[in-house]
Amino acid sequence: MMPSSHNKLQLSQQARAEIDHWLEKYPADKRRSAVIQALMIVQDEHGGWLTNELMDAVGDYLGLPYIAVYEVATFYSMFELEQVGRYKISVCNNISCMLCGGDEVLDHVKRRLGIKVGQTTADRRFTIKAEEECMAACTAAPMMVINGHYYEHLTADKVDAILDGLE
Amino acid sequence: MSATADTVRKETLVNIEIDGAALKVRRGDMVIEAADAAGVMIPRFCYHKKLSIAANCRMCLVEVDKVPKPLPACATPVTEGMKVFTRSPKALEAQQGTMEFLLINHPLDCPICDQGGECELQELSIGFGSDHSRFSERKRVVFDKDIGPLISTEMTRCIHCTRCVRFGEEIAGVREMGATGRGENTRIGTYIERALTSELAGNIIDLCPVGALTSKPFRFTARSWEMDTHATVAAHDCVGSNLNAKTRRHEVMRCDPRDNEAINECWISDRDRFSYTGAASTQRLTQPMVKQHGKWHETDWGTALRYAAEGLKKIVGAHGAEQLGVLISPNATVEEHYLAQKLTRALGSQNIDHRLRQQDFADQDAVALYPWLGQSLADLERQHAVLLVGSQINKDQPLLAHRLRKAALNQARIMVVNPVDFDFSFDISHKVITDLAGMEQTLAGIARAVYEHTGKPVPDGLGQLLKPLTISDEQRAIAQQLCGSGERSILLGQLAMMHPRSSTLRALAGAIAAASGATLGMLTDGANGAGAWLAGAVPHRLPAGQHAPVGGYDARAMLALPRRSYLNIGIEPEFDCGYPAQALAAQHQAEFVVALTAYRTATMNEYADVLLPVALSYETSGTLVNTEGRWQSFAATVKAPGESRPVWKVLRVLGNFLDQPGFDYASSEEVRDELKVTLGSSSAAGQLAWRCPNGLAGHDDGALVRVGTVPIYHADALLRRAAPLQQTVDGRGAEVACLNSREAARHGLGEAQQIVITEGERRAVMTLAIDDRIADGVIHIPLATAAAAELGGNGGVIHVVAD
Ligand code: SF4
Ligand code: FES
Ligand code: FES
Repeated sequence: MMPSSHNKLQLSQQARAEIDHWLEKYPADKRRSAVIQALMIVQDEHGGWLTNELMDAVGDYLGLPYIAVYEVATFYSMFELEQVGRYKISVCNNISCMLCGGDEVLDHVKRRLGIKVGQTTADRRFTIKAEEECMAACTAAPMMVINGHYYEHLTADKVDAILDGLE
Repeated sequence: MSATADTVRKETLVNIEIDGAALKVRRGDMVIEAADAAGVMIPRFCYHKKLSIAANCRMCLVEVDKVPKPLPACATPVTEGMKVFTRSPKALEAQQGTMEFLLINHPLDCPICDQGGECELQELSIGFGSDHSRFSERKRVVFDKDIGPLISTEMTRCIHCTRCVRFGEEIAGVREMGATGRGENTRIGTYIERALTSELAGNIIDLCPVGALTSKPFRFTARSWEMDTHATVAAHDCVGSNLNAKTRRHEVMRCDPRDNEAINECWISDRDRFSYTGAASTQRLTQPMVKQHGKWHETDWGTALRYAAEGLKKIVGAHGAEQLGVLISPNATVEEHYLAQKLTRALGSQNIDHRLRQQDFADQDAVALYPWLGQSLADLERQHAVLLVGSQINKDQPLLAHRLRKAALNQARIMVVNPVDFDFSFDISHKVITDLAGMEQTLAGIARAVYEHTGKPVPDGLGQLLKPLTISDEQRAIAQQLCGSGERSILLGQLAMMHPRSSTLRALAGAIAAASGATLGMLTDGANGAGAWLAGAVPHRLPAGQHAPVGGYDARAMLALPRRSYLNIGIEPEFDCGYPAQALAAQHQAEFVVALTAYRTATMNEYADVLLPVALSYETSGTLVNTEGRWQSFAATVKAPGESRPVWKVLRVLGNFLDQPGFDYASSEEVRDELKVTLGSSSAAGQLAWRCPNGLAGHDDGALVRVGTVPIYHADALLRRAAPLQQTVDGRGAEVACLNSREAARHGLGEAQQIVITEGERRAVMTLAIDDRIADGVIHIPLATAAAAELGGNGGVIHVVAD
């Protein structure tokens, strides 16, 4: 017989309260419905990325097998499974943006920060994310998203101004 | 959908046509089911008859009349008048297209793949693949993670059919494999390196249509076409799962499940699948041996048997036949049990027993023909309420747990009374976790609630016992479920049978069953408890359940009142008896011990005088009777190594050497048929006659009482030598003593890693683990382990200090 109780990470009181808010929206036996929101909450609290222990804690809290949490966290590109910078930059390079100069915008961001896509600056301020899909702002192409905020009709100067404005 | 609506739907037939043949098929079936029933082969990867429909591989695309696009046969229900074409140009084009996509990322190196020759992808690619590839880009590569000692992964070969994922969620009841990532980056696996824990996990080896999941112990040792297939029966639990042993020359290379819907369906436990790996142990005994003047000599069979016969005769002649004790493994075949008792009784002794882990035999005369499930295995999944008493059924009888899981998924209430809050692969609706005395009290409380609820008369003597009890809410709730509608059962598990006052548990469970209308089931230790009773391998019954005119000593008495001579058949007393220290002491003090054994150990060297090498279960022909009373006979799959002989042959010839008449059988079938004639038409209709317990145990406040389960991979000599099973989480975690944090604090164990366990004069040192699933007042020390060999059995009062 193997002892099953080992030291597990617990979610913070704050995180649990926020998850409970989402749980109220779903039937009591459908706690798994809150998994995306729970991961978002925990990720934000933890500086923008998730560890295995945090995902396990979400699984324990929602009563889900751990692998079910990993499946969700690995499926969506908004979840980070490795440490990232304070600002996550996603430059759109899907078709509309590509036609309107999205590639140049991305090149500019890379040059300015001195990192490649998928990398984080040494001071842990910026990460450039690999973006695969259109972010539904084609009318304002080229565009990028930084920590959930949309920045549109971009030019190199505009990008500089935006980045300068961030601490 | 409700069960009745589902039945009605399935009972209506519709007319369809598959490839021009008119068929009547059940409404609601999928096209692939109708085709399978009609013997029409539709290629498939993700579809499996026992799993939910995923329809993600698209290999089963077929053409349906009036539908513009090909449809997946596994996910398309039949409808009246439907015309299906499985081999039309359109269907073939779709199937070939799917195959081309599947092969884009699949390696084309079958000669170096372990699955080669028995791969569903390889087979179907011959029919549907192209002989050249149009894909010149790079193929995907997936790095492997170690998922434990039983299953090898080569995930580059995975075709994402998700059978293994669905198996975990739906059958095993623990979701361990999953699909992480997205699109081309999807990976099947555990994500984190983590060994699978389900005791049924090995079935994903069979489910995986490609070489992504293969048997780790078997890997790269043989090709499918080099092996012969022999039907046999697994000999580790009372289910009797059907196996196909794959052999090459004189060696079992692998064990696979053999479909039998009534028993194991298409699954087997990891224990049954991998136990064969223990056969090749370096401890294997292959030559008869005798000990003379303290020295062991290898010898021939004639010399060894003569020596054994003379030694036994001498003891019986000088001290009387009651000085002989015969202990036989509950895994032995019916034939072996029958010959062992025949030999014992021919010598004038009645001291024969197979119930080596049982401690309480007070009610043995109340047993009908033998203890059994009281119903068929398949009946279990139709239960509406089940009370498990003293059972960790997932570990003890993994495939019975699977039946209960099906019942639970179908809304059955499963309830437990256990000293440890064991994990199950199904939800538990009510539970009482209490110490050994508490188990008696709890059953008594439930009994009282049942009598109150039903108004049935309380049997003689029981009223007095129940009177002072108050009924807890949980007990009342359990009683109500047991008195509900539909099929209901009370199952006494292995821990109940090893309980120091198991006769009380049996009587109370029997009373509850009788009053509530539930079925009483008893799950016995080993693979052939039923067969052993039938064959007369108990001191108080002759073959076929006939009353023995003179009784003998049961297993416990034989060891508590040591005999001068023992005949041990297929056992290691320090691991296979329920009170190891007494068992070993008795062996050591005996003057003459004959052991029929497949292995030779240092301990045997000390206590035994003759070692006779015998075959393991699948190296012998014989019969096992499972817990539903089903007789299953099988032939040997391979010849036992060296000079080893099947136990039945050794006993037969030993009978000759002892000058006993009636030991001239030419085959194991003759032995079985002799028993069958005696048995006539008797069958296990009843279970247990009423016998009032003579009291209920009270709590011993402050005492720490031993509870010991048998770890799943330590249950018998073969398993204990199966290296891959020993490396699993269950195997490695066996040698640990556990108690809850309250008890640990109460006994000042603080942060102790090691503890010294004393039980009277006896002493053992063990690793400690804190486990809050254990009831107060209980320390869990597993049986059948090295440390436990120094101690007594269940119910022992234990003292602990930090080491
Ligand atoms: S590992 Fe095998 S069973 Fe599992 S998804 Fe891949 S191909 Fe299917
Ligand atoms: S392509 Fe960039 S937002 Fe749609
Ligand atoms: S078998 Fe039908 S889609 Fe896979």
